[in-house]
Amino acid sequence: MQTPETVRELVIGGVAYETRFTRKFEERAQYVAPDPHLIRCVIPGVILSIAVRKGSRVRSGDPLLVLEAMKMQNEVRSPCDGTVRALPVAPRDTVTKGQILIELD
Amino acid sequence: MSVTNKHVDFFRRKDRLLNGGGNKAVEKQMALGKLTARDRINALLDVDSFYEFDLFVEHRCRDFDMDKRVLPGDGVITGTGSIMGYPVCIYAQDFTVAGGSLGLMHARKITKIMDHAIKMGMPIIGINDSGGARIQEGVDSLAGYGEIFYRNTLASGIVPQISVILGPCAGGAVYSPALTDFVFVVDKISKMFITGPEVIKTVLGEEISMEDLGGARVHSEISGNAHFYARNELECFHKIKQLFTFIPWNNKRKAERYPAKPPKAKFDIERIVPMDSRKPYDVRNVICALCDNSEFLDVHANWAANLVVGFARVDGETVGIVANQPMVLAGVLDVDSSDKGARFIRFCDAFGIPLITFVDLPGYLPGVDQEHAGVIRHGAKLLYAFSEATVPKITVILRKAYGGGYIAMCSRHLGADFVVAWPTAEIAVMGPEGAANIIFKNEIAGAPDPAEMRRQKVAEYTEKFANPYVAAASGHIDAVISPAATRDFLIHAIQISVNKSESRPYKKHGIPPF
Repeated sequence: MQTPETVRELVIGGVAYETRFTRKFEERAQYVAPDPHLIRCVIPGVILSIAVRKGSRVRSGDPLLVLEAMKMQNEVRSPCDGTVRALPVAPRDTVTKGQILIELD
Repeated sequence: MSVTNKHVDFFRRKDRLLNGGGNKAVEKQMALGKLTARDRINALLDVDSFYEFDLFVEHRCRDFDMDKRVLPGDGVITGTGSIMGYPVCIYAQDFTVAGGSLGLMHARKITKIMDHAIKMGMPIIGINDSGGARIQEGVDSLAGYGEIFYRNTLASGIVPQISVILGPCAGGAVYSPALTDFVFVVDKISKMFITGPEVIKTVLGEEISMEDLGGARVHSEISGNAHFYARNELECFHKIKQLFTFIPWNNKRKAERYPAKPPKAKFDIERIVPMDSRKPYDVRNVICALCDNSEFLDVHANWAANLVVGFARVDGETVGIVANQPMVLAGVLDVDSSDKGARFIRFCDAFGIPLITFVDLPGYLPGVDQEHAGVIRHGAKLLYAFSEATVPKITVILRKAYGGGYIAMCSRHLGADFVVAWPTAEIAVMGPEGAANIIFKNEIAGAPDPAEMRRQKVAEYTEKFANPYVAAASGHIDAVISPAATRDFLIHAIQISVNKSESRPYKKHGIPPF
């Protein structure tokens, strides 16, 4: 039995049941609500070029940068209107999944 | 050439081939803690029962100087034999010959023995130990894989198919085991993945060891790709033999009958399930207290352990058990346990094995991860599988059976043939706490002491609805029976179900929510 032996409580329908958790349940990812102002990297790759600067005003759909991943050049566009508040990456940077590429206001 | 010389020539040719990839390669295989393909077949089958097919097959690749290479048996040993008298078709990839790589003739040997298994109505066992496609053979090698997958699908539900992963099984090769009924893995020896650690590192920059990506533990605890886990090869073969005692040769035969034996005395049915429905217990003890010789073969023992599925015998007949496990995650249904249950139910239905369901669950697991992982479509598989099954279906409600969970666990409404409940059963739309909060919302909010009012209303609801008698009054369950009477009831139910026939409108096949 790989389930940890510690007795835990699982609340279902307002009732706390004494039970054990599985490794998979304990290691499940906690949900974080997406913030449209944070442009995150969806696939690991390399930044080829950046079309905006800090302070640039962008409209929804404007190109922000080009990310090369899996031998494809992916144009990342702005999901909303806003101003570039921070630009933590530069061309030729290697970026990982989930990393913040651009912060908008 | 004289007859004697012909015989000498025959033995000389045969001996050369029986040695596989040669002494050096065999030593290398042994150093990894692995048996050779031939030793594996001999360890698994009855003594002297193996008859080999296609020992003299040769590969036909002429590119890249392959014409100068001799690959004994083309890297796979195939044939027929028996396990405890059961006839089987078997193949074992030979890692000592070109890394067990799969070329066209290698695949043809496998598909030939698979066709044989389908025609003869006997189980097929595949021992996988291969570096993957033989790159020199190019698209011919891919064709080989495809022809194997096609037969796996044709054989599905006709003869039991068993895959044993005793080495690497990577890339496209993984899909043959994935299409079969039971996958066995061995600690530190089995490795399964679509893309290996190297590719993941170069493409995605993520570093992971082979063991953490696709080792035996991962597949038996996290991914659920493996049904049985063993610590070494011999333990693995023992488990395969154990499985064979429970399953029939093919879909037209009943599983072998064994002499009926009473459960072992140490499992006392009266003392396993606590009254308080918040308290856990191991439902496998209930199973052992009711089945012959207290012998239960846990399938997917370490994956989605909140639902227990496996084989046992009642009155000498094989039965498939599906049971909520209150000891793990309170026995809830979720994405993985629904998949696990549905797959097992469909195996039992295909091979005429009656189903016994033990119910004790608070409902479905709440959570964003569950909803986003598709608990709706996965949960639907369990409903589909239970509803679709036409084998005898017997349901015993031990304690909680709330809401959607009650329906899903082979309720009368999904076509169960027998539904009984213990006196401790609570069959209700939801737990008393939740129900009282909704029904008496205004009374509770308007009371001078809401907490006290809630306590009162919960007690009221519990008294009135947390029992089996409301469901019994509507005929949703057939009877309330004591734990002590349950084994006799199960024996009776199995005995009188032998002639069950249920016909459904014609269809080519259903469309389960895969």
